[in-house]
Amino acid sequence: MKRCSIGSSIGSVAIFIFLYLPMLSVAVFSFNASKMGLKWGGFSTEWYEKLVHNQMILNAAWNTLVLAVTSTFISTIIGTMLAIGMFRFPWSRRAMNKLNVLLHLPVVTPDIIFAVALVIAFSVIRYMTGLFELGMASMIVGHVTFQISFVALAVKGRLELIGHDVEEAACDLYAGYWRVLTRVLLPMLMPGIVAGAMLAFTLSLDDFVISFFTAGPKSSTLPLFIYASVKRGITPEIHALSTIIMLATICTVAFMQKMAPGAKH
Amino acid sequence: MQGENLEHAKEASTIILHNGEMVRPSIIRARQATFISPGILAIITLLALPCISLFAVAFMTRGQYGEILFEPTFGNIRRLLGFGYFGWSADNLLILWRSVVVAFVTTALCIVLSYPLAFFLAARPAKTRLLWLTVLLIPFWTNLVIRTYAWLLVFDSDMPFARIMAWLGLMEPGTSAYPSQFAVYVGMVSVFLPFVALPIYTAVEKLDWSIVEAAVDLYSNKWRVFRHAILPQTLPGLSVGITLTFVPAMGMFVVPDMLGGARYMLIGNLIQQQFGTSRDWPFGAALSLVLMILTLGALMATSGKRKKGRA
Repeated sequence: MKRCSIGSSIGSVAIFIFLYLPMLSVAVFSFNASKMGLKWGGFSTEWYEKLVHNQMILNAAWNTLVLAVTSTFISTIIGTMLAIGMFRFPWSRRAMNKLNVLLHLPVVTPDIIFAVALVIAFSVIRYMTGLFELGMASMIVGHVTFQISFVALAVKGRLELIGHDVEEAACDLYAGYWRVLTRVLLPMLMPGIVAGAMLAFTLSLDDFVISFFTAGPKSSTLPLFIYASVKRGITPEIHALSTIIMLATICTVAFMQKMAPGAKH
Repeated sequence: MQGENLEHAKEASTIILHNGEMVRPSIIRARQATFISPGILAIITLLALPCISLFAVAFMTRGQYGEILFEPTFGNIRRLLGFGYFGWSADNLLILWRSVVVAFVTTALCIVLSYPLAFFLAARPAKTRLLWLTVLLIPFWTNLVIRTYAWLLVFDSDMPFARIMAWLGLMEPGTSAYPSQFAVYVGMVSVFLPFVALPIYTAVEKLDWSIVEAAVDLYSNKWRVFRHAILPQTLPGLSVGITLTFVPAMGMFVVPDMLGGARYMLIGNLIQQQFGTSRDWPFGAALSLVLMILTLGALMATSGKRKKGRA
């Protein structure tokens, strides 16, 4: 029996065109020589050259990278600890239920409510301590908060795959707890930790709403910069910037697919 | 089993076996508390408590300069229901209603488009399937702002789409196809399509085709094959897709902001306004509260369906 009708195939190709057509148009028009409007004025790489000399864009790109790397680093540590603490130790059923609700809360909360919650939390902290202006630090804290759960869930998946036997064997051989943790458990969890970190990194790069709410005046990121520029009208420079970001995304996704545990099948 | 072990060991002097290690229960408790506390503390203080505090902030007063005054009031709720300074208007309720409708229609459109896509992907030979999946994942991981921005370009008055529509007499010549309701739906569907297509694909990949073949052998028409042989088997994937789309679609503000303009606002835009330019946090909190309740309702409805689907 045929599992995919001709209609489905044609429909799917149309859907792929629907998904890629806008992105392709941006890439094409990033090489358009004419400055105003969308009339083709010949091939040019002028906008890419201008991009490299635009200090605001370079700053935003640097901020995006610092934000993603720092938040991924912190959330990978905290998320891995959370997964080990929750799923490698005995908890009463009631405590486990509560912890599970908290663990899934950042995953199910809509972006905008998450952002509002962070804004309220930051303003309370600022009110009580007088510190903590909105800026890079608040953005990092915000990103870490939503990344923790995704890392913990990725590590949990790995924890469920590996049994207790190797740890027990290590203990029988008089390894102390620290040794068991660093030499046995963490190396065995590494595929899950790496998967979680990659997920956290892409989530940070992909985020707009939480950065938009928690950014300060000096801490613009690339998505924030593009959003602000669009309000002033679309320019070929933004086409070029978007094209570079799309290329970076394609590379990241391809890399993640290669690294993914199921890739060999 | 280990949990019982720990509870039976009453005093700190008892030693129990945990993952092959002989330790006191108090040490185990200290360790598990250390492991979970940074993460759980962050989630509680930065997300859970502020979400609960919305219940309080929604009933406070906005000061003259946008500060929050601790004077209890029902003003924000009244305003949300449309009772303003100039009598009753349906504006806010309309925005709320529109958000639910847009989320609902977006989800429905995504489901209709996802089934053919899922069957197409599942029918690819194993060698190229990963490549096709990657092709679907790339838009999924591309930044939301860039993808929405790309639609602005496609809908521009100089591009073929607006010209064809003008030629057909469906639009004024020389105008862009945005801001419009149509543009918002196109943007929303393109953003959320992978969220529905991927879980449905996972379900279709595991499909038991013998049931489908049996239905075909018994002369079911196409709709009945889908309704009775395919839909029940893909229900778990479908409900995951609905949750992943309906909930964020209700709170979406980037797409309606860029493609819909000021006349096609959703609740997300209204919330953003209160925390941005208007600086009216109590009213923003009241709006967020409504969105949170709608989200909880949607989550409960789909999780109920998921349990039924399994039974």
